[in-house]
Amino acid sequence: MGNVIGIGAAPKRKEDQRFLTGRGNYVSDIKRPGMTAGVFVRSPHGHAVLRAIDKSAALAAPGVIAILTGDDVADDGLGSLPCGWGITDAKGVPMKEPPFPMLAQDKVRFVGDMVAFVVAETPEQADEAAELLKVDYEVLPSVVGVLEAVRLDAPQLFADVPNNICCDWELGDKAAVEAAFKKAAHVAKLSLVNNRLIGNPMEPRAAIAEYEPGTDRFTLWTTSQFPHVVRFLMGALVLNIPQHKLRVVAPDVGGGFGVKQFHYGEEAVITWAARRVRRPVKWVASRSEGFVSDRHGRDHVTEAELALDETGKFLAFRVKTLANMGGYLSTFGPNIPTNLYGPLLGGVYTTPAIYCNVKVVFTNTVPVDAYRGAGRPEATFVLERIVDVAASEMGIDRVEIRRRNMIPKEAYPYQTPVLVQYDSGDPMGCLDGALVAADVKNFGIRKAASASKGKFRGLGYSTYVEACGLAPSRFAGRLGARGGLYESATVRVHPTGQVTVMIGTHNHGQGHETTFAQIVSEKLGVAFENVDIVFGDTDRVQFGMGTYGSRSLVVGGAALSKATDKVIAKGKKIAAHLLEAAEVDIQFESGKFSVAGTDRGKTFEEIAGAAYVPHDYPLEVLEPGLEEQAYYDPVNFTYPGGCHIAEVEVDPETGTVTLLNYTAVDDVGTVINPMIVEGQLHGGIVQGVGQALFENAVYDEGSGQLLSGSLMDYCMPRADHLPMMKVATHSTLCTHTPMGVKGCGEVGTIGSPAAIINAVVDALSHLGVTHVDMPATPNRIWRLLQNASLPVAAE
Amino acid sequence: MKPFAYHQPDQLPDAAKLLSSIEDSKLVAGGMTLIPTLKQRLASPVALVDLSRLENLRGITDDGATITIGAMTPHAVVAASKLLQTKIPGLAALASMIGDPAVRSRGTIGGSVANNDPAADYPAGVLGLGATIVTSMREIAADKFFLGLFETALEPGEIITAIRFPVPLRAGYAKLKAPASRYALVGVFVAKFTDGVRVAVTGAGAGVFRVAPMEAALSGNFGPSAIAAIKIDTDGLTSDIHAEADYRAHLVTVMAKRAVDAALS
Repeated sequence: MGNVIGIGAAPKRKEDQRFLTGRGNYVSDIKRPGMTAGVFVRSPHGHAVLRAIDKSAALAAPGVIAILTGDDVADDGLGSLPCGWGITDAKGVPMKEPPFPMLAQDKVRFVGDMVAFVVAETPEQADEAAELLKVDYEVLPSVVGVLEAVRLDAPQLFADVPNNICCDWELGDKAAVEAAFKKAAHVAKLSLVNNRLIGNPMEPRAAIAEYEPGTDRFTLWTTSQFPHVVRFLMGALVLNIPQHKLRVVAPDVGGGFGVKQFHYGEEAVITWAARRVRRPVKWVASRSEGFVSDRHGRDHVTEAELALDETGKFLAFRVKTLANMGGYLSTFGPNIPTNLYGPLLGGVYTTPAIYCNVKVVFTNTVPVDAYRGAGRPEATFVLERIVDVAASEMGIDRVEIRRRNMIPKEAYPYQTPVLVQYDSGDPMGCLDGALVAADVKNFGIRKAASASKGKFRGLGYSTYVEACGLAPSRFAGRLGARGGLYESATVRVHPTGQVTVMIGTHNHGQGHETTFAQIVSEKLGVAFENVDIVFGDTDRVQFGMGTYGSRSLVVGGAALSKATDKVIAKGKKIAAHLLEAAEVDIQFESGKFSVAGTDRGKTFEEIAGAAYVPHDYPLEVLEPGLEEQAYYDPVNFTYPGGCHIAEVEVDPETGTVTLLNYTAVDDVGTVINPMIVEGQLHGGIVQGVGQALFENAVYDEGSGQLLSGSLMDYCMPRADHLPMMKVATHSTLCTHTPMGVKGCGEVGTIGSPAAIINAVVDALSHLGVTHVDMPATPNRIWRLLQNASLPVAAE
Repeated sequence: MKPFAYHQPDQLPDAAKLLSSIEDSKLVAGGMTLIPTLKQRLASPVALVDLSRLENLRGITDDGATITIGAMTPHAVVAASKLLQTKIPGLAALASMIGDPAVRSRGTIGGSVANNDPAADYPAGVLGLGATIVTSMREIAADKFFLGLFETALEPGEIITAIRFPVPLRAGYAKLKAPASRYALVGVFVAKFTDGVRVAVTGAGAGVFRVAPMEAALSGNFGPSAIAAIKIDTDGLTSDIHAEADYRAHLVTVMAKRAVDAALS
């Protein structure tokens, strides 16, 4: 018998045994009898009329089994890829929602748009045939940037979407904001770009589909963060497959970061093709294919204004953003730059009036959707940057201006002017902790040391809050969600007392198999090693909305906690019977049911045994067995936050920015496994470092070609780009989640870009630099220094 | 990847014969550029002639006034060579800055020089040191070898067997790495000989090139201050999403100064 390893412990991760010994089971590891290989033919043009496709030469190639195109999709009467959110404009007019066919019909709208699917005996034969497919395009001018896309003379992606504007969305009290600006002693203004990112999970996307004619059932293995949602969207809305005839399995998945939380056309095409060819079909994306088909993230152009009184108190905040949607609406696309952006513009401050207008715009680029943080890094970046701009312009210290505007701990719960109500938090406590941990008081000494080497050192702060644990279904429904956002868990206690949990979230690197096992071990007093977590299979798990928005522990963990409570409640009834005591007198502690005030008791294993061998059992009033299920729909988002401090050094000769120190003090609520939390913070921060310093998806205006289409040109952060990080938690407990947890998956990515860019601007502020767009590449910094107001001493 | 025949000869004449007798055949050394190109189906040779069994093409030998590096010697071996660290430390340093550990373990000097990528490191070292490229047919001076974007003086069927480097008085290399690819945004190799100084630049243009004004200035005064004021013309320099031509021009001066510093340290 092993030990209980409960909440707050840091055991090594259960799942790492198989991951580190090469025994994971990823989609590309799966082989099915009679399996065929599929390859997608993708548009090489950003924008073109699809005039004709000649299949003849490709069909004649060796090994070819089928070639499917948009015409076949239309002939079979299949649906469009659905969007999970329907937002409306200020007048209540629904967003423009043009169809998103799984294979292009009439037109292609981005480089990578799918034109045909080739099924052959081998991947090589499919590749050969794909090259022989003759596609006749009439190439049209592409538009890739949002500023260009809304011009009157811009190429139009859809006939019925004037000026490429999907929705002109707004939030907040516009009149109150205007009134506040009129009274302002100072107005800070900032124009910025939030750069487009490509997630690049280590495992490329892949899928296998199989159709069994004997049972009329389909199985889809796919690299997904939410198999039940894929089953619903694809089965019910695209392919018309009844839910009970469709099994979706997402086995081990090698990283997601949001990229795998959408229903992709590839999944639908492959499933449809498997029935047409009556054989299993497998597709594995290459890295290059991922660059032009995985949904991208961010891509905003923003104008922001902050009104302040003479003491530096924020009076009002006004933000106007153009958000790039790419060529079509992806699963969550329009929700990200609106509902997950505007409500976060209050930050940790008491700003009384906020107005946000977002024009959601179509362009000839890969569809844009959620990427780790999803809307909240964008909001944090705008807010934390303009706070620095205001401080600088008004001559107020950057920490001091934050303190003057911060929501005090006592003021929680705090209602913001932008929908959300923060339940708990202590931003000042996080700030104070971070100032000490980052040794800010000795920064001047370090800056002088850098200066003696001809380098410029800077310090940057980001005091931020985010909303995660998606999401209260009723609230989300009012905002336009077309589904619920609860989570479910089943706790199956075996006759010998071991436990299997079936949960609707999906583990793709976060360590759920460990964290959730700790919760069960703690609550049921069962040995950690005697708990297994099952996820990612619609035939094994009852239902679930999956993993994204830092929701697994917050929502899934809450469902699990509730289900274990039900197990304990039933166990007490069984124990009361066996111990001949009243149910109210039964206590459960450390894995033992006992009669209060006595030494009489039964172990958890004994109760489990009695439940499955009910010879001495209250069968008249209680069912045998010990398995309980709970669904949990949160009453509010959770609001993790914290303070990040970045310290950078700029080499003015080359423009190179080096991140020297990074400190994060975050409020993530109750910590289940501190090692896993630390890992999540590290990983999140690194993705923020990537956005701030390295990553940039660049398209060529006009042709729509992705210029940063490989890892040779798109720079992911690497170990040697990073310092050792100091991360710590300063937690207040969430008041409405069962365990007080808040979620930690995205905080690092949300807090860090602003901290780093604020540090870069600080390093260069003596040269008159007031803003640096991301990524702060050497070329960009050098250019700024060339244009800076003071000459650079380069010698 | 498209299908191809694969040959692994163990004698140089056999390799040369295969290469010249099979039309559309290609040599593979470390494969650091060729293999990704094949995987992307951007190249479709009929046959690959793998040089990895040609043991005579590996190793570093001290010839006194020169050092000869076999064409199939991996970058990691050059970087770790005590001989080079002593006699041409700038070249060992250059090898240590190529790519990442995996690339340095597989990639070879011959492959790099034959490929002549405009941002590869070795061409700067070879041109900067005025090395001699030894092939299965002849010897070619570095000044006559690099002919521009991925172009060299190699004839069809010709195989690089070694590079012979004269030992300089001093040499140094400095580069600003492209953060993603780790190729040189700009790399400069500087070498001082009794009869003058050579300065070779990679990453900045369509191919490696020498900078005569810097060579002249450094021949008079071998220190970074001698070239600090020398500006490079942006004509012919590369502009791409990572670096614009005027920035690259500026970096040539900065990296040249740092290469001189490295040579002096």
